[in-house]
Amino acid sequence: MELDTFLIQVLNGVQYGLLLFLVASGLTLVFGIMGIINLAHGSFYMIGAYLAWSLSQHLGSLALAILAGVVLTVLIGMALEWLLINKLYHRDHLYQVLLTYGLILVFEELRGVIWGNDVHGVAIPEWLGASIRLTDTLAYPVYRLWISAVCLVLAVLMYLLIQRTRLGMMIRAGAANREMVQSLGINIQLVYRVIFALGVALAAFAGMIAAPVSSVFPGMGNQVLIICFVVVVIGGIGSIKGAMAGAILIGLVDTFGKVVEVDIGGFRVLPELAGTTIYLLMAVVLLWRPEGIFGKRL
Amino acid sequence: MASEVLIEAKGIHTYYGASHILHGVDFSVRRGETVGLMGRNGMGKSTLLKSMLGLVRPREGEIRVKGRDMTRAAPHAIARAGIAYVPEGRGIFPNLSVRENLVMAARPGSDGNLDWTFARVAETFPRLAERMRHGGGQLSGGEQQMLTIGRALMTNPDILVLDEAAEGLAPLISREIWNIIRRIKEAGIATVIVDKNFNAVSAIADRTQILVKGATVYDGPSAELRAQPELRARYLGV
Repeated sequence: MELDTFLIQVLNGVQYGLLLFLVASGLTLVFGIMGIINLAHGSFYMIGAYLAWSLSQHLGSLALAILAGVVLTVLIGMALEWLLINKLYHRDHLYQVLLTYGLILVFEELRGVIWGNDVHGVAIPEWLGASIRLTDTLAYPVYRLWISAVCLVLAVLMYLLIQRTRLGMMIRAGAANREMVQSLGINIQLVYRVIFALGVALAAFAGMIAAPVSSVFPGMGNQVLIICFVVVVIGGIGSIKGAMAGAILIGLVDTFGKVVEVDIGGFRVLPELAGTTIYLLMAVVLLWRPEGIFGKRL
Repeated sequence: MASEVLIEAKGIHTYYGASHILHGVDFSVRRGETVGLMGRNGMGKSTLLKSMLGLVRPREGEIRVKGRDMTRAAPHAIARAGIAYVPEGRGIFPNLSVRENLVMAARPGSDGNLDWTFARVAETFPRLAERMRHGGGQLSGGEQQMLTIGRALMTNPDILVLDEAAEGLAPLISREIWNIIRRIKEAGIATVIVDKNFNAVSAIADRTQILVKGATVYDGPSAELRAQPELRARYLGV
């Protein structure tokens, strides 16, 4: 592979990984802290993408659409936690899987009713539409760099929120001993509602900023959900650091899996098999560390 | 000294599944009062505390905090009414640093007072002050106990509920904990002390209540109980 192609693929892989991180971090937080397996998490990614498409038409700008979409999805997240999710805290994982799988069906159906079943594209905002020349022969779209930068900023903010603020301390304390946190006068229910809404909004935000590069289509949430579960399992369930490491790893492996052609004994392994590389990676990581890269030893 | 009643529990019946643990227990604490709650293992002391703190729901009975009915209130609401809890087995957050354990709990008291600041807690527990950056899980048993008490004080409570605070500690450390409890009493905070060490409890408690099989068998001044060794032998085995 030429150096130019290699560089482009690294940038693509990192950008894809960072985007996955936004979705996976909510998944891992909600599981690690609240003990909830949320299969509907990918649906929020889809909802975000459709919101970006439809709101940007009404509001005339993607930036405004994202702003409105984030507010809307925070509210959706709060309402969902209040109506449904909080009933699941003391339940077995099976009930959580059943309810949240049901939610996937509801969201897909609602998406069909509200937005229809067509595939849509979202235009890249003009001010991010240019390409940067990286070398003489290599140009790279600014919008993709912007995605990476925004994801990195959010990752840092999330890290600071969890490690440096009192809310973050309460969140971590709640993961260790929920009853004790309550006995200190902290409304853990409210803390959980905030975390859940944050996770929903992050996934939706990822869908919104991804819309211009990936197109908006039915079922896009489920695709991302499965990959994000791989990310969470590789990184270690409940670990934000792990979600970051897993997401970047998956982003790179998936991207390179699609472009690298390998010769094995005269047979060419085609890029069509690229879909399996991330699962191979998961198998290898789990053989090496069953609890994930940053997971707690079981 | 007929001061305000802070906690008043009446006719508490609590069950764990099918087993009837508390059989109509009354319990009260007045402002500034130190109450010892004693009894052998399994007599319902911890269950009574948890019933009052909202951690276990009594099936019958009424709990009032400063006159307000809080029988069905959430644990965090009861805590915010001014009750701080130091549970059996400590309950520190091992994944937080010592400093974080304290900071996350900080809040003004129910009347807005800020008597206990981070600085004052650090000063009261010099051993903790030296280990602020350590993880909670890295502390010794005695230090963990101090951290739990310090954390409870950060909520500026009117009442401190201590369940087996000096249990399982080396005698020297245990004595240090009792000294701290005495200083808290002197600071005017009401305390409920559950412990099996009769001498230590009766030396500090104004009043002692004894539970046997989920019912009150003695409730009176600690000094009187000290003068009645036959009662102590019968109910406490000491």
